[in-house]
Amino acid sequence: MTAVPDRVVTTGADLLADAVAAQAVPVERVDWRPPMAGTEADLATVAGDPRRRTANEAALAAVLGVTAHLVDVAPASELLGLEPGQFLHAGPPITWDRAAGPLRGALMGGAALEGLVEDPEDAVRLFESGGSVSLDPCHHHGAVGPMAGVVTPSMWMFVLEDLATGRRTHCTLNEGLGKVLRYGAYGPEVLTRLRWMGDVLGPLLQGAVRAVRDSHGPVDVTGILTQMLQMGDEAHNRNRAGTLMLLRDLSPSMVTGGGDSVDVAEALAFVGGNDHFFLNLAMPACKLALDAARGTEGSTMVVAMARNGTDFGIQTAGTGDEWFTGPAQVADGLFLGDYGPDDANPDIGDSAITETAGIGGFAMATAPAIVRLVGGTVPDALATTRRMHEITLGENPRWSVPVLDFRGVPTGIDVTRVCRTGILPQINTGMAGRRAGVGQVGAGLVTPPAEIFPRALARLAELAGRTPA
Amino acid sequence: MSDPTDHVELRSAYADSVALLQVSRDVQAVPGVATAQVAMATPLNLEVLASMGFDVPSAATPNDMVVAVRTAPDGDLSAALAAVDAALAPRRPAAGGGAVESHRTTASALAEAPGLALVSVPGASAFVEAMDALDAGCDVMVFSDNVPVEQEVTLKRTAAERGRLVMGPDCGTAVVGGLGLGFANATRPGPVGIVAASGTGCQQLLALLDHAGVGVGTALGVGGRDLSAEVGGLSTTEALRRLDEDDAVELVVLVSKPPADEVATRIEEYAAGLGTPVQLALLGPGRPDLTVAAEAVLDRLGTTPPAWPVDGAAAAGRGGRLHGLFAGGTLCEESRLIAAEAGVPSAGSSFTDFGADDYTSGRAHPMIDPTLRLEHLRQVAADPGTGVVLLDVVLGHGADPDPAATLAPAITGLDVPVVVTVVGTGLDPQDRDRQVGALVAAGAEVHLSNATATRRAVELAGGAR
Repeated sequence: MTAVPDRVVTTGADLLADAVAAQAVPVERVDWRPPMAGTEADLATVAGDPRRRTANEAALAAVLGVTAHLVDVAPASELLGLEPGQFLHAGPPITWDRAAGPLRGALMGGAALEGLVEDPEDAVRLFESGGSVSLDPCHHHGAVGPMAGVVTPSMWMFVLEDLATGRRTHCTLNEGLGKVLRYGAYGPEVLTRLRWMGDVLGPLLQGAVRAVRDSHGPVDVTGILTQMLQMGDEAHNRNRAGTLMLLRDLSPSMVTGGGDSVDVAEALAFVGGNDHFFLNLAMPACKLALDAARGTEGSTMVVAMARNGTDFGIQTAGTGDEWFTGPAQVADGLFLGDYGPDDANPDIGDSAITETAGIGGFAMATAPAIVRLVGGTVPDALATTRRMHEITLGENPRWSVPVLDFRGVPTGIDVTRVCRTGILPQINTGMAGRRAGVGQVGAGLVTPPAEIFPRALARLAELAGRTPA
Repeated sequence: MSDPTDHVELRSAYADSVALLQVSRDVQAVPGVATAQVAMATPLNLEVLASMGFDVPSAATPNDMVVAVRTAPDGDLSAALAAVDAALAPRRPAAGGGAVESHRTTASALAEAPGLALVSVPGASAFVEAMDALDAGCDVMVFSDNVPVEQEVTLKRTAAERGRLVMGPDCGTAVVGGLGLGFANATRPGPVGIVAASGTGCQQLLALLDHAGVGVGTALGVGGRDLSAEVGGLSTTEALRRLDEDDAVELVVLVSKPPADEVATRIEEYAAGLGTPVQLALLGPGRPDLTVAAEAVLDRLGTTPPAWPVDGAAAAGRGGRLHGLFAGGTLCEESRLIAAEAGVPSAGSSFTDFGADDYTSGRAHPMIDPTLRLEHLRQVAADPGTGVVLLDVVLGHGADPDPAATLAPAITGLDVPVVVTVVGTGLDPQDRDRQVGALVAAGAEVHLSNATATRRAVELAGGAR
């Protein structure tokens, strides 16, 4: 009861830590710094919210309790009930007049794909008039979209399910790199590839996914994520191991599914040659896990980070469906070819859902092979993952990092810890060209705009203040 | 150039007040620097800077660091600024190369391994860090002052629900199983346990009992407001319970500034139900002073109280006002009570606690930073109406490593008699005997008991008879 403590953690004056050390008791010194400007009162209110601790424990447990299985592949019209003229996009809600170049380019290409216009350029007038078209975030429809994240009714989507609850999330099939719709390109080769994906790839995958599901049980996407993190993928900018493991699980059924052998070969070559194919399964797996924490009153955990190329938005478990937004930043990284910072659009895409769930930039330490792609060094990568532990509520015992002695990835971004430390979530990202139609110009690292965290905190404090203590 | 040159800049940086005190001292020591002050731009520090003649931009906020340097006519500003940078440079190795960055919150440090948390960040942020400790299932000592009382209540209610102990805020002293935390004197282990809603009250007891040869194994500081009506003795109850469970404790002493009546009653009832006897040392009008309380403790333990030491002799009194300039809040309160009972001989006498929140916002405690108190000492000593100056010097872990080094020169040669209480033990890092020796050589009369020092000061204020 009154024995000498084994260890003292000091937060504040070094002098007091020195005095403990002088008495030969081990001391851990916290590198405390003042919180983000003007947040002290809200931080105290939220810290004093009697619901907070148990709400955050519940939210984290809910996220960690979900496993995602690949149960189906089908067109968005069937899965989400999308009608012609309905467009989903990445990030928080936005209107055409504020949409950035890559989002506009993807919407224009999507309109042409759906046959709403002959030439993608003609879609500008269609979206300006706004009459027969609507825009809505993927996140509002149980879906996530990489980069521009545009989903149209005819696009095929993966269906991930939490088998325990039957909850589902969705994501389109990955198109590969270079001139692709999600980076805002809409040239003929982009539309040709999308049509092939709808006509050939989607049905082949559907057959294989259903056959695997019905014979061996559905592919365990969470399990593949566990393995790929040990194989040098952080599952945002590097998905090579994951893609090949998926192919290993699906290819026998694709071959025996009765499809045309040339089509099957082409589909296998497309998937196997596209290192990012698995990203479109990692993302909905992360959303499926994080959605389990939505609506946990009193929780300060972030359940979504998403960008539409103009705004960066977050949602938290304790604030319902409200978005807290600020201007999206331009990533810092490496550029393809002759492209430079002036060519890059501000950050875009729902893919930061991976970081929200503890992988991607948060698992940077596990993927030394890509640290140069995103402009860093191996020690930076180790430091980044460790630093993310400073702003998260816990770690994921399933997703561990060998080089950090198998410590679990940092999971459950805590708005209060971000405001207290000023440490912003680290996101690995691709960079889309600023102008519609350009496509990818680079890849790098980005953080959310700092001000959205104090905004979310203020709302959490307001809600905490209304709760009887 | 023949005039001294002022350089004032704002930096977006943070360091704690103790670290900045050291930076200021390092820079002041650079040849060619007339004076320097590096401090966070709190209102109090801006006042100090203004009194030093520096012109600080009005845009400064408490989150800005002010670097103010006055160079001598032949001084080199760039050398002074280089010294500022060197003194501010982080001591930890830079990130990279496998170096691990320090944790940034109490929560992340405790997530790695549990421990006792010691929080001394500015008051506006202390609650959040302390709550981290309770969330991690750990006890916490809140050294910080300026913590709002409603936050203290929330913290202590939460701790009570979870069987955890919150020490402090606003009582920066604890000894846990012999480990001194905050401002604590080095003592031998022994049969006495202390529960203290008063930091310097606790230290006075530690020092007096140590002098009498009685050790204290554990002293739990519960915060200066713990026995107020708002807080209701939440930490006192838990601390009493823990000491009662400790077989090594034969007698518990509860020391506090004047408590709320209904809380005192409730705690007395609670104490009466414990297996271990509890000696109350609650200051207040008509109640015994701390020295009397210490003597009662010794009596109960069967030890005869010794004569409390007095070293040196103050100059003969000329009569006049009594000015008590204190680093210890409880010592200040005790002196005020004793003087009031004795009828302080002249109006205009004062008792100032430089450890009070008003004097410590963004500044180190006077047990570490003597600047403000020395300035006041100069003022009252220069006033012909002053009859006597009463001071305290509190030793122990965490306190100024050599307080006599600045205080003795400030006393030397004063016309007015100076009476000093030096609270400390022979085991303290500062060495009480050495401190007393330096102060006596400077002309002060030095006591171990604040009560006897105060009575002596009252006598001197009455003048030569």
